[in-house]
Amino acid sequence: MRHWRHRLLPVAVGLASLALLAAVVELMVRSSLINPFIMPTPSSVFGSFGRLIGEEHGLARLGATAAEVLAASVLITVVGVPVALLLHWRVRLRAAFESWVAALAAAPLVLAYPLFLVLFGRSQLTIVVMAFAAGVAPVILKTVEGFAGVRPVLVDVGRSLRLTPSQLFWKILLPAAIPSIFVGLRLGLIFALLTVTGVEFLINIGGLGHLINELAERYDMPGTYAAITFVVLVSVIFFAILESGERWLARSAR
Amino acid sequence: MTVRGPAMLKIEAVSKRYGYGASAVTAVDNVSFDVAAGEFMSIIGPSGCGKSTLFHVIGGLTGADEGRVSVEDEPVTAPHPAIGMVFQEESTFPWRSVAANVAFPLEVQGVAKRERLERARRFIALVGLKGFENHMPGELSGGMRQRVSIARTLVSEPKILLMDEPFGALDEQTRLLLGEKVLEIQQELKQTTLLITHSITEAVQLSDRVMVMTFRPGRVKRFVEIDLPRPRTAEVMTSDRFGHYVAQIWGDLREEASRGMAAQEERVRTHPGV
Repeated sequence: MRHWRHRLLPVAVGLASLALLAAVVELMVRSSLINPFIMPTPSSVFGSFGRLIGEEHGLARLGATAAEVLAASVLITVVGVPVALLLHWRVRLRAAFESWVAALAAAPLVLAYPLFLVLFGRSQLTIVVMAFAAGVAPVILKTVEGFAGVRPVLVDVGRSLRLTPSQLFWKILLPAAIPSIFVGLRLGLIFALLTVTGVEFLINIGGLGHLINELAERYDMPGTYAAITFVVLVSVIFFAILESGERWLARSAR
Repeated sequence: MTVRGPAMLKIEAVSKRYGYGASAVTAVDNVSFDVAAGEFMSIIGPSGCGKSTLFHVIGGLTGADEGRVSVEDEPVTAPHPAIGMVFQEESTFPWRSVAANVAFPLEVQGVAKRERLERARRFIALVGLKGFENHMPGELSGGMRQRVSIARTLVSEPKILLMDEPFGALDEQTRLLLGEKVLEIQQELKQTTLLITHSITEAVQLSDRVMVMTFRPGRVKRFVEIDLPRPRTAEVMTSDRFGHYVAQIWGDLREEASRGMAAQEERVRTHPGV
């Protein structure tokens, strides 16, 4: 009963709300309250999934987008967290660069795609590099914030117990900063996914962004919306992975 | 007059200043005292008398400018294994369960998991938290979390327990109850204890001896021997003698607290908004 209330009920309410929203949109489109040329009926979107997988290699494209997002996310993590640590440890570097990193986080980097095309060619490498550039800034900012926000008394406890600098880092600073680091990783993932699909759309290569562009040009609206649903699916998968990663870390720190 | 044993902790002419030149502030000035093995001593003083500075110097977290701190004649220049510290602020690790929090010092010492959890359980029971081993600190009250911190400090069985206003953030009733608990533990472990506090009642309730400090610079104003029977039951705490000690310490402290208040008002007048 507890399990049902705490875990399954919220999922059920979420899915039921989604179904209700789809039903309302379906009715509005069918009754022409929404122009059917702009918005296809949810049932026709749902009906396009099979066609997308069979004829348009939807799963392969989903795989390509997921692989690009994964590569960018790994890069964002392995570069972003150490850079943030450097900025945390070197106060002058932090004073010099933190505002620039914040500016990078707010910059619409996707618009600079011609420059990246010249530098890295019309390939998946360009997509991954651009997604990395768009997603790394929030990870750096939130990680720096996480380490700076560790309560001094926790460090004092570690010092009073004569922890080595390495023990102090792994056993106190890092676990204390983890929640903030994961907020950064979530933001980085959102930015990376937006950039991957945006650049795929713009330069017409790769996975789902490319597919959305093709379908939209053919004016296949149900297919376009179905492909967008696939992007949402990629996002859901990555968020689930990130969440279980955070839970695993929390459990291992207990 | 109580007969004290040999000194376990010795503070000799310790001074500590902050800042430089004209803006330098002497937080602690030429403070000397010692704490005997098994003794419960409290340091009391108004806000700004350098109590917390002294706590950090004795704990080896901050160096003294002058003077010497030693444990059984061994100088303290960095955190010392014989001294266990309990901090004023809430200091449990929120990502660790109660058991893992308490076992933490043993974990960093490399004690095997089974043994450290066993020892942790013993101290969790000692602070009255049996049954809460698997709870997370976020699920506990402030008083329970502070008891976890005390158990975490006691688990490595330090010779000296050094506490900086550990119940400062708690309400009066919880303070009194936790004070009783700490006293019970101190009697059971024969723990040498140095408590820093601003509560007169707490100091008299718990201590064998109370050191009263002056407002800035923090100097020793007086030592008061608390010659009350143990255990310090409700009957003892409502006795005339208890009241006499409280009044005596307040008499000493009142003048210092007034100076502290005047200094604070002066600061606000001369540096508004700071």
